[in-house]
Amino acid sequence: MNAAGFPLLSLLTFLPLAGALIIMLVRGDEAMVASNARWTALWTSLIVFALSLTLWFQFDISVAGFQFQEQSAWLPDFGIGYHLGVDGISVLFILLSTLLTPLCILASWESIRTRVREYMIAFLVLETMMVGMFASLDFILFYIFFEGVLIPMFLIIGVWGGARRVYAAYKFFLYTFAGSVLMLLAIIVLWNAAGTTDIPQLLTRTIDPSWQYWIFFAFFASFAVKVPMWPVHTWLPDAHVEAPTAGSVILAGVLLKMGGYGFLRFSVPMLPQASADFAPLIFALSVVAVIYTSLVALAQTDMKKLIAYSSVAHMGIVTIGIFTVNVQGVQGALYQMLSHGVVSGALFLCVGVLYDREHTREIARYGGVAKIIPAYALVFMLFTMASVALPGTAGFPGEFLVILGAWAVNPWVALGAATGMILGAVYMLLLYRRVAFGKVTRDSLRGLTDLTPREHAIFAPLIALTLWMGLYPSSFTQFFDASVAQLVAQHQTALGAARLAGIAP
Amino acid sequence: MNWTLVMPELVLALCGLVILVGGVIPKRDTTFPVSIATLGALLLATALTLAQKEGSAFGGQYVADSFSSFMKVLCLLGAAAGLIMSMDFFQKQGLSRFEFPVLVLFATVGMMVMISANDLMALYMGLELLSLPLYVIAAIDRDNPRSAEAGLKYFVLGALASGLLLYGSSLVYGFSGSMNFEQISGALAADGGASAGVIVGLVFIIAALAFKISAVPFHMWTPDVYEGAPTPVTAFFAAAPKIAAMALLTRVLAGPFGEVADQWQQVIVLCSLGSMVLGAFAAIGQRNIKRLMAYSSIGHVGFALMGLAVGGESGLRGVAVYMAIYLFMTVGAFCVLIAMRRDGRALEGVDDLAGLGKTDPAMALAMAVFMFSMAGVPPLAGFFSKLYVLLPAIQQGYIFLALVGVLSSIVSAFYYLRVIKVMYFDPALPAFDPRPMGVSVVLAGSGLFTAFFFLFPAPLLAAARHAVASLLG
Repeated sequence: MNAAGFPLLSLLTFLPLAGALIIMLVRGDEAMVASNARWTALWTSLIVFALSLTLWFQFDISVAGFQFQEQSAWLPDFGIGYHLGVDGISVLFILLSTLLTPLCILASWESIRTRVREYMIAFLVLETMMVGMFASLDFILFYIFFEGVLIPMFLIIGVWGGARRVYAAYKFFLYTFAGSVLMLLAIIVLWNAAGTTDIPQLLTRTIDPSWQYWIFFAFFASFAVKVPMWPVHTWLPDAHVEAPTAGSVILAGVLLKMGGYGFLRFSVPMLPQASADFAPLIFALSVVAVIYTSLVALAQTDMKKLIAYSSVAHMGIVTIGIFTVNVQGVQGALYQMLSHGVVSGALFLCVGVLYDREHTREIARYGGVAKIIPAYALVFMLFTMASVALPGTAGFPGEFLVILGAWAVNPWVALGAATGMILGAVYMLLLYRRVAFGKVTRDSLRGLTDLTPREHAIFAPLIALTLWMGLYPSSFTQFFDASVAQLVAQHQTALGAARLAGIAP
Repeated sequence: MNWTLVMPELVLALCGLVILVGGVIPKRDTTFPVSIATLGALLLATALTLAQKEGSAFGGQYVADSFSSFMKVLCLLGAAAGLIMSMDFFQKQGLSRFEFPVLVLFATVGMMVMISANDLMALYMGLELLSLPLYVIAAIDRDNPRSAEAGLKYFVLGALASGLLLYGSSLVYGFSGSMNFEQISGALAADGGASAGVIVGLVFIIAALAFKISAVPFHMWTPDVYEGAPTPVTAFFAAAPKIAAMALLTRVLAGPFGEVADQWQQVIVLCSLGSMVLGAFAAIGQRNIKRLMAYSSIGHVGFALMGLAVGGESGLRGVAVYMAIYLFMTVGAFCVLIAMRRDGRALEGVDDLAGLGKTDPAMALAMAVFMFSMAGVPPLAGFFSKLYVLLPAIQQGYIFLALVGVLSSIVSAFYYLRVIKVMYFDPALPAFDPRPMGVSVVLAGSGLFTAFFFLFPAPLLAAARHAVASLLG
């Protein structure tokens, strides 16, 4: 049994499904069903969040291995089991998912007016998939949750999205699916080599180096699309622009992290040789991503698209950090993923606030917003600053650590990442200046109303978290200190062993 | 003489004769009572099959084992589902004929004989007993030129396949000296290598059976017959006979010709590759949902053949699991096709589903589940069927085959998604006519199975394991 004394992770994973079932069974006229669906979804996700706080308080930070484990037989013929558990790397992502879901449901309270019931069901199913994915300790189980995300997300983009939603939904699905099925093959190859799909056991096996490269490429196909890395990032701007606000928040906040999490959980520890050999490739692609997408972001006229491109750049920093495989780099990558989850989610919410009122995301249609709705402008500014990694906000520790880690490996990579930070400041500040300052360009803007209490409630936790993460990072890093140290140590040992055996030059 | 073993077939055939007579004598339309009686007979046969003992009868021509029970139950379920779907449909189309249920019943007897065949003679007899009713029911809407064309096409190509089968059987008999599967197996093993004559005969037999399961390159009839035949007939075609033929192919290749596996494996690998690729690409341009399902079924057969090509216990288990899950997905999807009826007119275009997510959320949800499942998206049942053939394929080193399989499933995801897109993203058309009760029940059953298989996979997997173990003896 685990520290909580009851199957906490299974409960966190499947409770949202129970909520979805309740919503599905509600009968009545449309308005009543909609309001029922909203409240049920909100309460379910709040209860899940409250339960997930157990992880925060009961997680033993001194243990590097997996905690809260649950295990039972599932498909025993092939050694595939139901196995859940968390370690320092995954625990905070579960909290991030359970935190963002109720906020997303709140954010969709008024902006989603059609098929509310289906929307809320889709979000709860999505939460199940996200939590399940970060909690799985069986590779096939992981794959099921990883892929299962596609179903609700495809529908969220396609049904409640913008004008080009069908194109965006297809692109999102097919890109991700293409990468994932290759990963499935690699998982089966791994299973064939090790005889199990149990992740803790796989982590202790050594894979034949000649296979490592192929498996690495298959994993890369899947995770690189998900991160997304340049040049397979093109689905992201489309998906972000067309998705409803809450869809974008989840997409940026959690789904992108699945790629980084995958690299960190599987590629690096299971395939140390291939990870070391291909690190230069990853660095090159990431630096290109950081600089290129920052430049592309500069040229955007659509707010959401700009933030979407900035996500690609920020995730480029993450992949650099992961493949430095030193303590600073990996910790920085993890921190960057968490902060990006909070900050970019919040930025999409900020755009959503304007969009709900003016129904446009064109930057040129705004101006002087700060004079009309000062509270909003203040919130928007905080998240803009966090996005450009101003010290004291959530964005800073992560990027700083990654650059520190990258410097130890290759100063040029660090330089590339740092360039991205500068460019990031340029496009984000430009965005903020054009939207918030200057003259009030259009009369209709004068009618803007400031944040409603509901919106205050959405932003308050995000603001608190952004400042907390910026001012006192160690309350978060303490969770993954032990796990990251172990990961890095094992990686070095594995490489050392390979070198001694004369396999690698 | 152990004739009690064939009780399920015997009872079903006798029921058929009684029902036929009972259907002819009254002057009024007897379709409904005949359908119900046929359903009862099918259920009775299912119960008898489940209670069947293992053994062989008729001088080794007939064999009953767990494998045959497993496959027979699937076929009986498929036939029953097809029948339930047809009842209301034919009535609304003005096609009520009491012969249809009876023909389905006899076709089912044929399938059961086929599955239990342990001799080339019994094999041929079962196959013909299956095929003749199928030719008739393909053309049952005889005033409709497309249905007549479907029947004729199916008959001509089916007769050709029968010819191939007979020719192949005679070659095998001539060169191995026996019709009986065990003795053929013994002869092949004894020679220490099969003669060219047997191999040529084997290829002919494979060609004939590939026709029945509509594997590339013998798939040409499938889209036309699927489109032309009335929808419930297509539903029946897509489910039961395909499973029976796949079971037969598995038994023939794993049993008597198990000794020459390296000879037929290459043939099956090619069929599998071709079917998966063609099934994926050819369906993209289809606007008629029945043609789309035809190509989709070709693709699924390709995947199932992957398990057969890999062979061994785990590979064949993959085939059994795949066919079982395929049955549920196909039957469910065809329920939706049958319910596509507006103002009394049956519809067949993919675009006619537009806005189903608004007009009939329950059915749209079920269809979305089937489509995602067919595309192989977890956690739905279709993912597990694919997983269970991919696992042995990679284990045995068929990585190229597995790679083509997953790549073709990306392509096929595109057209499955189109169905979902039409249902959920497109502006709504007027609602369909209310669903008949029977269709709703079958739809709900197969939808729940497909969606929640991942919670209770063990019974089906255990049954499949048991079945394959008895087949490999």
